[in-house]
Amino acid sequence: MKKTSNVAELQAIAKQIRRDIVEMITHAKSGHPGGSLSAVEILVTLFFDVLRHDPDNPKWPDRDRFILSKGHAAPVLYSVFAECGYTPKDQLNTLRKLGSIYQGHPDVRFIPALEASTGSLGEGLSIGIGMALAAKLDQRPTRTYVVLGDGEIQEGQIWEAAMFAGDKGVDNLVAIVDYNHIQLDGFVNDIMPLDPLPDKWTAFNWHTIDLDGHSIPALQAAFAEAAATKGKPTTIIAHTIKGKGVSFMENNPKFHGTAPTEDEMKKALLELA
Amino acid sequence: METKTKFELKLGVATREAFGKALVEAGRKNKDIVALDADLSKSTYTHFFAKEFPDRFIECGIAEADMMAIAAGLASSGKIPFAASFSCFAINKGFEQLRVAVAFPNVNVKVVGTHSGISIGEDGPSQMSIEDLGLACSLPGFSVLSPADEVAMTALVHAAVAHAGPVFLRAGRPKAPIVHSAGQHFEIGGSVQLVDGKDLTIIAHGLLVAEAIRAQETLEAEGISARVIDMYSIKPLDRATIQRAAAETGALVVAEEHLVATGLGVRVAQAAAETHPCPIEFVGIQDTYAESGAPEELMEKYGLVARDVVSAAKRVLKRK
Repeated sequence: MKKTSNVAELQAIAKQIRRDIVEMITHAKSGHPGGSLSAVEILVTLFFDVLRHDPDNPKWPDRDRFILSKGHAAPVLYSVFAECGYTPKDQLNTLRKLGSIYQGHPDVRFIPALEASTGSLGEGLSIGIGMALAAKLDQRPTRTYVVLGDGEIQEGQIWEAAMFAGDKGVDNLVAIVDYNHIQLDGFVNDIMPLDPLPDKWTAFNWHTIDLDGHSIPALQAAFAEAAATKGKPTTIIAHTIKGKGVSFMENNPKFHGTAPTEDEMKKALLELA
Repeated sequence: METKTKFELKLGVATREAFGKALVEAGRKNKDIVALDADLSKSTYTHFFAKEFPDRFIECGIAEADMMAIAAGLASSGKIPFAASFSCFAINKGFEQLRVAVAFPNVNVKVVGTHSGISIGEDGPSQMSIEDLGLACSLPGFSVLSPADEVAMTALVHAAVAHAGPVFLRAGRPKAPIVHSAGQHFEIGGSVQLVDGKDLTIIAHGLLVAEAIRAQETLEAEGISARVIDMYSIKPLDRATIQRAAAETGALVVAEEHLVATGLGVRVAQAAAETHPCPIEFVGIQDTYAESGAPEELMEKYGLVARDVVSAAKRVLKRK
């Protein structure tokens, strides 16, 4: 795979990832397009620029670790994995079908290059802490990145993990909150508001960065800032738009967990041309 | 198989203490072993490990869910984590994490639940683990072990280290009578026949193994020949030994400090039913929570002593 820091090149990859997401979920006839599309720039910036990883050597011990704790956004991870060369691109449209390696939620039994099986919300940050601690014990340069959903951080375990990593100064760990403001039952602010979100992480002794989660330059700068921050883990509050890139999916709670129809897919792909 | 005829049942250390000591020994041999605890290290005896290997001990605070998933992350990066707490907290509070972060991806986490059963005593039912074996056995891929004494616990800690995959080790609070000889072999999926007999077989685990031996001695004095087996590996189960006991003695009693509804007994009955159906009686905790009291008083009141095993043996013989 080719890594790049060039923003235009990363944006082009992001557009391709969005097309893959819409197509694969349409073919699956079920899935979570909104929260996959909101996280595209976060994953593209990580996998194609920031992460130290090698698709030809997926178990390289010194690699960086990535966990998609909001496992229902699996399509964004699968399309990025395929684009990197970890998994076959021509099977993306088998998503959610019997026998597919592209399971409904990430499953290490089917894709061993995944770092964790996720889907039960709230667990990925703790798993990431374990990986970060192992890297410290072994004195490896490994850094661990965990993408959390905004609705996901209503889970109590997230705050157990936040308290732990803040107290222990797990500075090789980065949490990224995909703050798209929508969860399954509706708007986060109507269900269980999170604000003041940066203050909460800061109070748990995390270095906190607030940014536009669709701005690749802002994400690049934030990951560099996180790497330079010693003695504290970093959380990046990434303000994003649910369904980003497809006009009729943007900020529309319906597309948290509903697949587009064939017609909607065609419209979406025109917008993403 | 050579078996003893007389047991001293000398009181040894608690299995939780034997775990703590064995973990230190294992830690000296294998630098990948790490220990995690949730603010109970002085009770689970992981403090021995913490003292010798402070860099490899992770105090998680009172956050069992977090602890189990941290252990999963450590295991995914090549460590051999032992995550310990009271059994009720380790299994019940960590269960969802044991399911999705440990069992489902089949990562190499060892869970140690101490203060199991009702013999924790005075602390009462909120601290008593009577559901843990049923829950742990329900997790695909988990090996579930309930050692009876310090000899078994020490050997099984080392067996757990050597085994690639999730393991639940159940330990108790009180000092445990020694039922096994030094050098006895233990393995995941194994069992130990302690006494041979022909009229019935008593199958037990944990503290009930000593009670089973006491019961066997009483029965022998009355002319009843009971075989006694320590079925320390609850899962995988030594099915061949159970089926042979059912075939050769024609009656079984299962005795355990756990709910009868979800413990070893139902697993033994399933194994026997498949090849040699026979009468079986179950000694264990009925569908109830216990209460505060001295451990020995509770074991008496809730029907977990030798007398209860003897009664069950006589009942099962009438049904032969």
